[in-house]
Amino acid sequence: MDLDPLVTYRWMRLTRTLDDAIRTLWLTGQGVGGAVDQRGHEAVSVGPALCLEPDDVVAPMHRDLGAYLVRGMTPHELLAHQLGRADGPSRGRDANIHGCGDLDRNIIGFVSHLPQSLPVAVGAAMAFRLRREPRVAMTWTGDGGSITGLYAESLNLAALDNAPVVIVVENNQYAYSTPVGRHSANPDIAARSRALGVHSVDVDGNDVEALHQASRAAVNRARNGGGPTVIVAETMRMLGHAVHDGFEYVPDELLEHWHERDPLATFERRLDQRGVDVDARRTIDREVAAEVEAALTSAKASPWPDPATVTDGVWA
Amino acid sequence: MSDPGSRTYLDAISAGLVDAMDDDDRVLILGEDVEAPFGGAFKVTRDASHRFGPERVRNMPMTELGFIGAANGMALMGLRPVIELQFADFISTGFDSIVQFAATAHYRWGGAVPWVIRAPADGNLRSGPFHSQNPEAWFVHTPGLKVVAPSTLHDAYGLLRAAIDDDNPVIFFESKPLYRSLKGTLPPTGTRVPLGRAEVVRPGRHVTIVTYGAMRHEAAVAAEALADEGLDAEIIDLRTLKPLDVETIATSVARTSRALVVHAANRLGGVGAEIAATIADECFSDLDAPVRRLGGLDVPVPFSPPLEDAYRPAAADIVAAARDLCAW
Repeated sequence: MDLDPLVTYRWMRLTRTLDDAIRTLWLTGQGVGGAVDQRGHEAVSVGPALCLEPDDVVAPMHRDLGAYLVRGMTPHELLAHQLGRADGPSRGRDANIHGCGDLDRNIIGFVSHLPQSLPVAVGAAMAFRLRREPRVAMTWTGDGGSITGLYAESLNLAALDNAPVVIVVENNQYAYSTPVGRHSANPDIAARSRALGVHSVDVDGNDVEALHQASRAAVNRARNGGGPTVIVAETMRMLGHAVHDGFEYVPDELLEHWHERDPLATFERRLDQRGVDVDARRTIDREVAAEVEAALTSAKASPWPDPATVTDGVWA
Repeated sequence: MSDPGSRTYLDAISAGLVDAMDDDDRVLILGEDVEAPFGGAFKVTRDASHRFGPERVRNMPMTELGFIGAANGMALMGLRPVIELQFADFISTGFDSIVQFAATAHYRWGGAVPWVIRAPADGNLRSGPFHSQNPEAWFVHTPGLKVVAPSTLHDAYGLLRAAIDDDNPVIFFESKPLYRSLKGTLPPTGTRVPLGRAEVVRPGRHVTIVTYGAMRHEAAVAAEALADEGLDAEIIDLRTLKPLDVETIATSVARTSRALVVHAANRLGGVGAEIAATIADECFSDLDAPVRRLGGLDVPVPFSPPLEDAYRPAAADIVAAARDLCAW
C-alpha cells in the first residue's frame, strides 16, 4: 500500500497535538503521576505502523504514541488512560502510556523493562509461523534497549525461527541522560543486529516516507517467509525523558541540528515541493486540534475507577 | 507392559504433557534440550517429542529471559506454551519475563498469558547450590502468578493438566527427589486436580502438619513415628501454594489446635511464614500452642552430604517439633 500524504500528515499531526496536550496537562498541574514525551518520534511511530494489516500485531513502547493512534486507540482512550480513568484501556491500572494494550486491536501493552516487548513480539511472530498465518508482528525499542542481553536473545531467537517480525530501533541519541557514545562501545546498531543473524537496515528516523518504505519492505519480507528485519531509525528525542526532566544534558547545537530535521516540518517541506494542497493541511490541523480538545474534555469528565474493583483483573 | 505400580512421578508428568498435547493443539513445549532423542535433562519430554515432533516440542537456546518472553507473545496469541526449565534454579534468569510481563499483563490491560513453567526444584540429591533450590516464595509474592507443587503421581498428572487448562501463568514446581524414587500408578487419562485445593492426606486429632512437595513424604514418616507415641498428626498437602486453600488449613487447625508448617525451602521469608501468619489471623482463638515452622537454613543449599542434611528438615525434625507442640 502506498503512503497517502494527507492521511500520513493527519496521523503525525494528531500524534504531536495529542502529545502536546498531554504535556500541557502536566505543566498546568492537571496530570496524574508522570508523563513521557514523544516529540520528534512522529515519523518513526506512524510510518512503520501504516504498513500493517489489521490482523498484524504491534508491541510499541512509550514514545510510539503515533503507533497506538494508527492502530486504533482513540485520543479519548489515551487521555483517559493518562488520567487514570475507568474507561482507559487499563481501567486506571497502568500509568501514562504503559499498558495501553488491547488484543481486539492487536496492540500489546508494554512494561518499563525495555526491551521486554521485543521477545513478546518475536513469540507472537513464532505463533503466526507455527499456525501458518500470514501475519506479522512489529515492535519498537531504542538505542538503550539495543545493548541489553534480551535484545541479543530476542534477535537470535527471531533469526533461528525465521520469525515474521519487524523490529524498529529508535536511535534517539539518549538513554535517559546517557548519550549513545557513553552506553554503546559499538554504536552501529544495525551491524550488531546483523551479527546476530538478522537482516538490518539503517533509515532516516525523521523521514516518514523513508521509514514507510523500509518498513513496507520488511513487512513484505516477513510475510513472504523472509524472516525478521531490524530497522535502525536515526532520530532524536526532542524533549526530556519525561515531563519532569529538565533536559539540561543535551547540547543546544545538537538540538538545533535535529530541530532543522523535525519530522513534521520535513514532511511538510516535501509536500510543498510536490505542490500538495497546503490548505488541506491547515484544515487537518484545525480538525485535529478540535478532536484533541474534545478528547480532553471527555477524558477529564470520565469516571475514576471504583476502588471496590482494585483486585479485578489480576486473574484471567 | 510394565507393572502399573512401577510408574514414576516423572512418568506422570511425561504422560500429562503427551495427553495435554493430544487433547489441545494449542499446547507446545519450549525448553533447553527438550527434543528427542535427548528428550530433556530428565527425559520428561522425550515421549512428547517423539510423538509431536520439533514444531511442538522445541529446543530453545540457553536464554530463559528471551524464550519465556517469546512464550508470553505466543500465549497472548492463543497458544498454550509449557516451558521446561532444566532446573528451577535457572528461573532467576527469566525473572523479568515472568514477574514484570506475564504476571501483570492481564491486570494492566487484559492480556491473558496462559503458560506453564515446569521448574524441577528441591534437593537432597547432593547437587549443590545451583541445582537444589526451592524458589517458590519469590513467585507466591508476585501478584498474578499461580504456584503449584505436586507431591504424588496423581497430583503431578492432574495438577499439570489443570495448570495447562488455566488461563493464567502457572509455575509448576516439580520435586526432583521424587522424580524416580516415588512409584505408583498413573491416574486415569484426563484427570484434573483443581488448582487452589489442598488435600488432607492423613486425618489426625492432635496436630496439623501443613506441607507440600517432598516434605509431604517426610511428614508421613513422622506421623507414623508420632502415632507410636500416641500422637495423632493430621497432614495437609497444600498442592497449590497460590491461591492458598486457607479454608482447609483453618478447618483442620480449628480441630487440632496445633499447627506445624514444613517446607524444604529456606524458612526465612518462606511460604511457611505466610501460612503461619494466616493461621494466626484465622485461628488464634483455636490455638493451644504457637504455630511452628520448619524449613531450610538461611544459607545457599550446600553440596556435601553432612552439610545438606544439616540444612534441610527431615522426618526426625518434624517428630521433635510436633512432640513439642503437643506438650505445650
